[in-house]
Amino acid sequence: MTVGAKGNWDFVLPFRGGKLLGLLLVAYAVATATVLFQTITRNRILTPAVMGFDSLYVALQTALVFFLGTRDLANVDMRLRFVLETLLMVTMSMALFYWLFLSRQRSLHLVVLAGVVFGVFFRSLSHMMQRILDPNEFIALQDMLFASFNTVDQQLLAVSSAIVLVTAYASRRLLAKLDVLALGRDVAINLGIDYQRVVMLLFAMIAILVSVSTALVGPVTFFGLLVANLAYQAVGTDRHKYTLPAATLFAIVALVGGQTVLERVFGFDTALSIIIEFTGGIAFMLLLYRNLKR
Amino acid sequence: MIEIRNLTKTYDDAAVVNDVSLSLAESGITAIVGPNGAGKSTLLSMIARLIAPTSGQVLVDGLDVQQTQGAVLAKRLAILKQNNQVGMRLTVSELVAFGRFPHSGGRPTVEDERHIDEAISYLGLDDLRTRFLDELSGGQRQRAFVAMVLAQDTKYVLLDEPLNSLDMKHAAAMMKLLRRTADDLKKSITVVIHDINFASIYADQVVAMRDGRVVLQGESAELMQEAVLQDIYDTVVQVREVEGHRLGLHYL
Repeated sequence: MTVGAKGNWDFVLPFRGGKLLGLLLVAYAVATATVLFQTITRNRILTPAVMGFDSLYVALQTALVFFLGTRDLANVDMRLRFVLETLLMVTMSMALFYWLFLSRQRSLHLVVLAGVVFGVFFRSLSHMMQRILDPNEFIALQDMLFASFNTVDQQLLAVSSAIVLVTAYASRRLLAKLDVLALGRDVAINLGIDYQRVVMLLFAMIAILVSVSTALVGPVTFFGLLVANLAYQAVGTDRHKYTLPAATLFAIVALVGGQTVLERVFGFDTALSIIIEFTGGIAFMLLLYRNLKR
Repeated sequence: MIEIRNLTKTYDDAAVVNDVSLSLAESGITAIVGPNGAGKSTLLSMIARLIAPTSGQVLVDGLDVQQTQGAVLAKRLAILKQNNQVGMRLTVSELVAFGRFPHSGGRPTVEDERHIDEAISYLGLDDLRTRFLDELSGGQRQRAFVAMVLAQDTKYVLLDEPLNSLDMKHAAAMMKLLRRTADDLKKSITVVIHDINFASIYADQVVAMRDGRVVLQGESAELMQEAVLQDIYDTVVQVREVEGHRLGLHYL
């Protein structure tokens, strides 16, 4: 935070502090959402992002601008809007999650395919609405959506922090149950877990975390996959007591470290998301390849 | 006692389990036998609340399994299905420790450790404690899962084809072990089993199913009749008496 700081501290501290807090929040949100999601689906390749849930968030935002217009939206308090959007997002993604994973047992391949199709569907829907949109409104929308770790939305920081703190507390209380969930549905029920209730609760938490990270910096597809799998490899156990903090730590190192390098070495010449998505994408393919070989 | 009342499960109008009423004893071994697709596993899963019945109810010591809290039932009733795969990389003792979750809530006490050790040595897994599950043979893994269910220390234990993937020696050893468990620890063990001869030798009570219905409930001697077996399995089975046990010969 203090690397190469020049000038007025009254400006530097809040500016950089805000950015740092934003990165920390995103790191926690993405890492936790991914690990929780992979525990429920018992799959190391699925992430909420791969399943198209951040494109759902983008589609929601686009639809809001499309139907209400930026003028009406601008009149609403930004934080209130964020909370409402998150609520909407939670409801919609819970319905989707429920249909995909709980209403009946489906094969994993079908679930992944459905997720990919949903992702494309929501993206196309957003694109279509963006095409028809008034150019001025489109620019306003793009400003809202554009993924950037540099322009972390300062206004949303306080609300996001509060939300993240609440989910962090909830996930701490669920730690022991998470390990049991990873054994699979039947074993979990046998060991006395109220499976339906716990899984829906976790899906709600995931939806909230995805909303937070997408609202702050936009969609990042492979980042969660990267840090979650790094964490599994590094801690050598699958206990959530260790994997959850480890994934968050990796995420913080990647984001804050990457941002520092980007600012100091590349002089903002490129975007952090590009670097992270690039390495994340490679990790994703390596994982697929390793699973194929088995 | 486990009471099953008019239990029915239908998938798209096809009844897999059809109006089954049964009661399972407080202790001893009950074997559920019958041809493939008779609804044995579905029945077992419904007793253990893994599948919701279309109609009817199951009472475990008077508690309706669909209404009662999962954590309460987990201290009375344990189930082990076939084809167990865990998503995590676990050692044998870690897996067995999960059996204590209903009692410990994830924080094992000295009492829990004692149960874990007992279950492990009961199944002769002492040398394999620190081995990972994916390094074990099918039979060893099966025993590790049975140890987990025993560590759960429930009065009722339901096992879905526990002899699957076990060779002759280990299958017989598993049945002897279940017999010993039922006698020593006064547990009620219900097994779905394909080999009628194991049922004949080791079970106190036999439940025979066909096409989703219970066609016979009683002692194994009642099952081991040529006419009865032919009716259930739709194939000729000769019954011979060997050292006081009635054995079916279906290889001829």
